[in-house]
Amino acid sequence: MSQYILELKNINKSFGAVKVLKDVSFELLPAEVHALVGGNGAGKSTLMKIMTGVYTKDSGEIIINGENKEIHSTNDAKANGIAMIFQEMSLVPTLSIMENIFLGSEIKKGAFRDVAAMKVKTKEVLEKLGLELDPDTRVSDLSVGMTQMVEIAKAVSKDVKILVFDEPSAALSDSETARLFQIIRQLKENGVSMVYISHRMNEILEICDRVSILRDGQNVTTLNTSDVKMEDIIAYMLGDANAGHQFEWIPRTYDENGQDVLEVKNLKINEKLNDVSFSLKKGEILGLAGLMGSGRTEIMETLFGIRKPLGGQILIDGKEIVNHSPADAVKKGFGLVPENRRREGLILIHSVRENAILPVSAKLIKHKIFNDDKRINRIVSDNINDLGVKTNDMNDEISLLSGGNQQKIVIAKWLNSDPKILMFDEPTAGVDIGAKGEIIKIIRKYADNGGSVIFASSEIAEMMAVCDHIITIFDGRITGELKREDIRTEEELQNAIQRK
Amino acid sequence: MQSKENKKKIQLSKYMVYIVLVIVFVFFAIILSRKGFTNPTNLLNILRQTAMVSVMAVAGVFVLGAGQIDLTVGSNAAMSAMIASLILQETNSIILALLACLAFGIGIGCINGLLVTRLRLPAFLATLGMMQAVRGLAMWITNTAAVPISNNTFNQIFGTGFIGPISVLILWTLVFYILGYIVFNKTPFGKHSLATGGNETAARYSGIRVNRIKMYVFMLSGALSAFAGVLYAGRMQSGRYSFGDGDEMSVIAAVVLGGASMAGGTGSMIGALVGSILMGMISNALILAGLTSAQQKIVNGLIIIAAVALSNLAQRRKKD
Repeated sequence: MSQYILELKNINKSFGAVKVLKDVSFELLPAEVHALVGGNGAGKSTLMKIMTGVYTKDSGEIIINGENKEIHSTNDAKANGIAMIFQEMSLVPTLSIMENIFLGSEIKKGAFRDVAAMKVKTKEVLEKLGLELDPDTRVSDLSVGMTQMVEIAKAVSKDVKILVFDEPSAALSDSETARLFQIIRQLKENGVSMVYISHRMNEILEICDRVSILRDGQNVTTLNTSDVKMEDIIAYMLGDANAGHQFEWIPRTYDENGQDVLEVKNLKINEKLNDVSFSLKKGEILGLAGLMGSGRTEIMETLFGIRKPLGGQILIDGKEIVNHSPADAVKKGFGLVPENRRREGLILIHSVRENAILPVSAKLIKHKIFNDDKRINRIVSDNINDLGVKTNDMNDEISLLSGGNQQKIVIAKWLNSDPKILMFDEPTAGVDIGAKGEIIKIIRKYADNGGSVIFASSEIAEMMAVCDHIITIFDGRITGELKREDIRTEEELQNAIQRK
Repeated sequence: MQSKENKKKIQLSKYMVYIVLVIVFVFFAIILSRKGFTNPTNLLNILRQTAMVSVMAVAGVFVLGAGQIDLTVGSNAAMSAMIASLILQETNSIILALLACLAFGIGIGCINGLLVTRLRLPAFLATLGMMQAVRGLAMWITNTAAVPISNNTFNQIFGTGFIGPISVLILWTLVFYILGYIVFNKTPFGKHSLATGGNETAARYSGIRVNRIKMYVFMLSGALSAFAGVLYAGRMQSGRYSFGDGDEMSVIAAVVLGGASMAGGTGSMIGALVGSILMGMISNALILAGLTSAQQKIVNGLIIIAAVALSNLAQRRKKD
């Protein structure tokens, strides 16, 4: 018998004329955590979807425990003990934890559900993962992090041998991620093999035993994580040994004594965030650093007219303003690249073109009422060229683009409306490393041309690369203001945001 | 990556309504060849009979596109026909009758819009309630009695007249589809309606005033259903509370057949016209086939299900 619990051999897959996977092979050892990395479009999601039965392979072999198996559906995968934790949660929010875990496989007594038995079983599963949750809690009452834990519990309750995680930490706070890692280690001890897809190199080095790198639908290499550094993985992914250094800080200049474009004075947003003050100059990039839940998103949403402030002042060019709605904010020169690209940033069923011009379509008109299609087409094709958006046609549905290219279109929306102040909330979440670097360049260029930027990210390396000034926020309070040149290492900033 | 293949499938679903129209037409043309189904007069008749639903479906494209639904259109048309006939009886002024109808229709649309945007009622329930209330109003105003219209000019312009072989009803339909096509495809308002239905949050975060868009689509729907009421009045030379009974469902079916999604964000003006004609053609053929009105209802329902299922199938294939 082979030493592997699962082998994928020479897998090929095409969509139409495009070969997405070319002779890709992948081996999983029993009880290992195996990272799968690659740029968006490298084929890692496709490979995992073939393994979990969402797609079927064109050719190649799937060998489980030394036996050749065919996986045609998610049920086939389940029967072989393979399950996937999806990026978009697959729980029913209105049902309880217990009801979700047993959804479709309820324990029955005759024709009726055996609630007592299911509750006992649910408690067992939760305890095994070290979760102290009441099985009757509605999933909608759980935090994002806990929801994900329940999702894992659901998978584990089905006797899985192989568990696939797709960007599991993207929506988690640091403490929740730590909890997730505890659970992963626990599962490993119980003999479960795991595939871990992530863009976060630190996590991969921390939790994974081996890492496989894909590029352009082909295997690059598989390495032991104990033997590699982050820069090595990034270099393999990009196929370019120098690319690991694109998060380097490039000192910028702007008029530090100029007038403030934006002043926020004693802004009260809720009980926790009750005294926010800062200012922003023309051409400045201001970072809001803090842990998830520290209040970064709320500050930007308030400036953008999504939340009503309870007190305090917002001044633009020295004049007080009130934004009752995003439409007001846009009129006054704000733009927001929101945290949740798919839910808040894009209309997924519409084309690249429609999305790119949405905030300005009312202005791109001729004869006072008609769409100026010529100008619109020119602007969108300029966007595609300037920002390096990879798409066949501007009329393609935007959902067909990769995460990084979708995000570039969200940014293009705002560049087209020429705002004075552009806010970025986690602009690189779920975006591959190559596109991350490009997005950072776009932000720098916008500020160099006189725009002012408010930038928030959970990734300290990015904040360090792009910001001139960084405000640290802890639990709703501004705890410090740092000049970029005074911060020497990532650790310093990392420590600063942990301080009360 | 998959875009090429996808595009082909999107095209298929886009043209599905035309394919269905041709299939249904050929089917009836063969079965009813001896009953005069394909006579030019009968074909023009179909267009004439569907004019009211067609006109309301113009607004339906905006309403469904914006992710809303308007069930008041049928009773709104009935009440407008009552208003038109009563005003003509009192004053004989066509202009006054027309303006009063439009004002009433826009007013109902305004109330629908306020219920949805201010009180945050789901559009389905808000307009379901309004539909009953307006229908009741149309019955109450004359105690269910019909009101005849003796103003011949009015009847000619809005119902019974012909220009050459073409009924004015067909001309009105054309006028509204041309206007509707331009507004829907060539102005920002059309795109903003689709954006509101496609993803309301993203539209709002892009600076679109989504509540205002919703108000406008309901008011547009009110105005066009009032005009459909005027066409009913002209065609029947009277006002009757029962006009437009069930039209709300025909309008939704026509717009969805035309490629719109009930979830919002998509829609086609020409598709809606073809959808309405398809619906009219089916009822016309069933009458010609000599079915009783009970049988007509049954077959009509089944054909609508089949037609929507067929175009859904094309849509679903796109997603795989």
